[in-house]
Amino acid sequence: MSSGSIPPGSVVKDPGFPTKQENYLTNSKGILSWMFTLDHKRIGVMYLVGVSLAFLFAGILALLIRYHLMEPDGKLFKGANANNMYNQLFTLHGAVMVFLFIIPSIPAALGNFLVPVMLGAKDVAFPRLNLASFYLWCAGAIFFVAALFGTGLDTGWTFYTPYSTTTDTSVIAATMGAFILGFSSIFTGLNFIVTINTMRPPGMTWFRMPLFLWATYATSIIQVLATPVLGITLLLLIAERTLHIGIFDPEFNGDPVTYQHFFWFYSHPAVYIMILPAFGIISDLIAVHSHKRIFGYRFIAYSSIAIALLGFLVWGHHMFTAGMSPMTTIIFSALTFTVSVPSAIKVFNWLATMYKGSISLTTPMCFALAFIFLFTIGGLTGLHLGTLATDMHLHDTYFVVAHFHYVMVGGTLVAFLGGVFHWWPKMFGKMYSEAGGRLSSLIIFIGFNLTFLPQFVLGSRGMPRRYATYDPEFAYLHQMSTYGAMLLGIGLLTALVVLLHSLFRGKDAPANPWGAATLEWQCTSPPPFYNFERAPVVGDPYDFSKIEWDSENERYVTVEPERETVPEEKPAIQPAH
Amino acid sequence: MSTAQADPVSDDASHGEHGHDHDHPAFLAHHFDTPEQQFDSGKLGIWLFLVTEVLFFSGMFVAYAIFRNLRPDVFVGSSEFLNTKLGAINTGVLLFSSLTMAWAVRCSQTGEHKKLTGMLAATLSCSMVFLGVKAIEYSHKWGMGLLPAGTFFYDPANPHPTTDQLETLGFTSGTAFFLHNSLYFLCAPFLIVLLGVVAWLILSIVKGNKFQTACAMPLTIVCLSFFGGVGLGVILESGSEEGHGAAHDVAGHHGEGVAHSDAVPSVIDDGKVAAPALNDDASETSVLERLATDSTNTGLMSDVAARQAQASVASGAVVRGDDTNFEGGISEASANVLTQRQAGKFFSIYYCMTGVHAIHILGGIAVLVWLLIRSVRQDFNSRYFGPVDYVGLYWHLVDLIWIYLFPLLYLIR
Repeated sequence: MSSGSIPPGSVVKDPGFPTKQENYLTNSKGILSWMFTLDHKRIGVMYLVGVSLAFLFAGILALLIRYHLMEPDGKLFKGANANNMYNQLFTLHGAVMVFLFIIPSIPAALGNFLVPVMLGAKDVAFPRLNLASFYLWCAGAIFFVAALFGTGLDTGWTFYTPYSTTTDTSVIAATMGAFILGFSSIFTGLNFIVTINTMRPPGMTWFRMPLFLWATYATSIIQVLATPVLGITLLLLIAERTLHIGIFDPEFNGDPVTYQHFFWFYSHPAVYIMILPAFGIISDLIAVHSHKRIFGYRFIAYSSIAIALLGFLVWGHHMFTAGMSPMTTIIFSALTFTVSVPSAIKVFNWLATMYKGSISLTTPMCFALAFIFLFTIGGLTGLHLGTLATDMHLHDTYFVVAHFHYVMVGGTLVAFLGGVFHWWPKMFGKMYSEAGGRLSSLIIFIGFNLTFLPQFVLGSRGMPRRYATYDPEFAYLHQMSTYGAMLLGIGLLTALVVLLHSLFRGKDAPANPWGAATLEWQCTSPPPFYNFERAPVVGDPYDFSKIEWDSENERYVTVEPERETVPEEKPAIQPAH
Repeated sequence: MSTAQADPVSDDASHGEHGHDHDHPAFLAHHFDTPEQQFDSGKLGIWLFLVTEVLFFSGMFVAYAIFRNLRPDVFVGSSEFLNTKLGAINTGVLLFSSLTMAWAVRCSQTGEHKKLTGMLAATLSCSMVFLGVKAIEYSHKWGMGLLPAGTFFYDPANPHPTTDQLETLGFTSGTAFFLHNSLYFLCAPFLIVLLGVVAWLILSIVKGNKFQTACAMPLTIVCLSFFGGVGLGVILESGSEEGHGAAHDVAGHHGEGVAHSDAVPSVIDDGKVAAPALNDDASETSVLERLATDSTNTGLMSDVAARQAQASVASGAVVRGDDTNFEGGISEASANVLTQRQAGKFFSIYYCMTGVHAIHILGGIAVLVWLLIRSVRQDFNSRYFGPVDYVGLYWHLVDLIWIYLFPLLYLIR
């Protein structure tokens, strides 16, 4: 156990603090040294800033949506154009959140920073490709902004035909943006697969990888296999709008349901692009902050891969009401249930890891606990939607909205925040206010539940999604949800203030503030620009027996028993040759 | 970058002792430990990229399968318009380019720099011939109105409309001019590039810059090959102009034959082509209409309105046609095959698949030119030939996709 003090007669290993020349944040100066950097850590930080801005933007849109729904007749938009405005609002909220925030959040921002450091490597396999994918992300974002300032977008983030081929809003700009973002995502995934395959340090076998790397690997597989299909789908949609190729457009004998199949073949696996890295973060957070070896390592690792592969077989459950044959719907429904098995395995393993652990209720751990609670609700309500009979009732209601927000926000966003708080000392070398961090996690947890629990009730009572107005009987639930959204916004703002405050007033972070055993905590905080002089030899990433709390310096250190080196002397007996 | 130039002597010396030298050669990126690690990473990377490429095309292959399954007669009939000879020549050209590409990889491994440049130039020339032939195929079809469903206007009675006739079909004069002279528009960018490269060649000779001359010379030949391909296409396309394949002929006769009886399904009003109404739909609509009389139910009312609008627009011919007799080609196919919604759909898929493939050829050309310049600079040797190898793999995939496209589009009759 790690909570003791340093035993006498042992060697303390700690890299100390980086010099200004070593620190990757300060080793070169000027805006160009950031814009043309090939350093994965700087690219990760740029992604972090980028996705945070996208999140802020889409979050404000979400608050506007909720504010509009304060009154049955709509509070924000009035008059003839109110419905159109509302349609554009929720479309942009969804599209920006999905394509610009959730998909790149953990893999691109945290993954870029962490994957090479966790591997003890100097960089990802293809640093230039890495920078290129960041700029592709920027280009995609510009297209979305263009769509916003053009004629808006009102198709919903799914771009369903035939509406998307007939509406006069900027579908082409937005789909072009999503197409480009797809390539950003493909290149990131490709980079990580190659990096993890070829650049693991000596001693790190597949089953000695931190679980975050397993999750990233599984995510990358999906990114590489599913995203190209979205690419061609969006390209065909653009061709449909410009040339009327008649593949999706019923006016020319096209088949709109084919579009739905194509779209969900990507977008269902994309749901796992969003949640799998979150699983990876939580696996690491739970083990580190419980100071206990992760329970069932192999099961967690295999279940990540199982989710990635099963995720490709269940896309039809988005289309139960779209007119598929009954046989197909039954098969898709059955396959959908199989995905819940590996997800449940993970939850049980996390709980078993915490059991009899010595849990520190640090900010990252608070977020991890919130994640388990919220993700479990999100996952279990998914079963209602995967069941054919109940889905007929719940399809396209607020129940669906609440379900996927529990997974995407309660799951991915909360895990992302937990990850950011966990690795913040490593990324920027500063400790934040623990009290402030815990407070923000509490506000977020309460605000989130207040927002989305009422929506389950709304949905099961028949409130359809994407409506700008509603019957007065739903008013109090909608108002509850709106107040919750505001509280959630306050919580997120608190988290932002706590983190930004630490940059200016925070204490310098030690190399290993949490007592973790993975490689990234063995270099300084923040890491030097070259990460490691040479790839370190690694052991078990979840063996906490050698890590002790150094109360004098308020840090965790790796402790080894003092060994006497054998004195150099001639062997007593001369060899016989 | 120029530091990557390999010294042939040290190259040979290091050949025997692979993997044991701990120096960091110039071609080895700083974050890799050994050249082997760098090569393996690149190789895995390019294979993964090829997987994404296959999946990228998969969407179109699925669309092809769905719609061919729905109307096999349309696909067989419309395929008559594709010139098998030109397709076969392009297949041969691409296969040959794969040979030269594989040979180029070998040359880069053995360090035969001159031969490598030659092989890359040969590969590039083949790709240009391919594009030249494709330009002929495309422009010929555009002039005839064999276009994607939205703009399809082929009329068997008048397969080669003049610009004036095109304007009466509702095209602007600019579009009509483009459709009539599309070959010139397709050739123009290549002509500009050719002129640019020739100017570069002359300039480099005048300046006496040997490196630039060595780059510009093969590139000039490469650019000229495009027009070689165009010439080849013109000869073969005009050779079959009189007969114009079976398609033109029979289609023409068919058109004339029926035109007298005033029953030819003209392109413009093909919405009138008989559509088998689905009884289920009708009954469902009537129920909805009855429900929609409730004036509070605005959602249902607009739903019914949308259904009625859709029914009045759609021909409903998504359902399988009655005739399954498509053995005899276009002359035997039912009259409503040669319409926007039928043949037009085939050409939509044809243009999507071959167009995306052509974009990949253009991308391949870009990276091959980059390789050619590096090969003139003698960047590659037995320890560093990764880029040639990776581009080679990509090129083989582009070739392979064409090997699938050719029979699926050209040879289905």
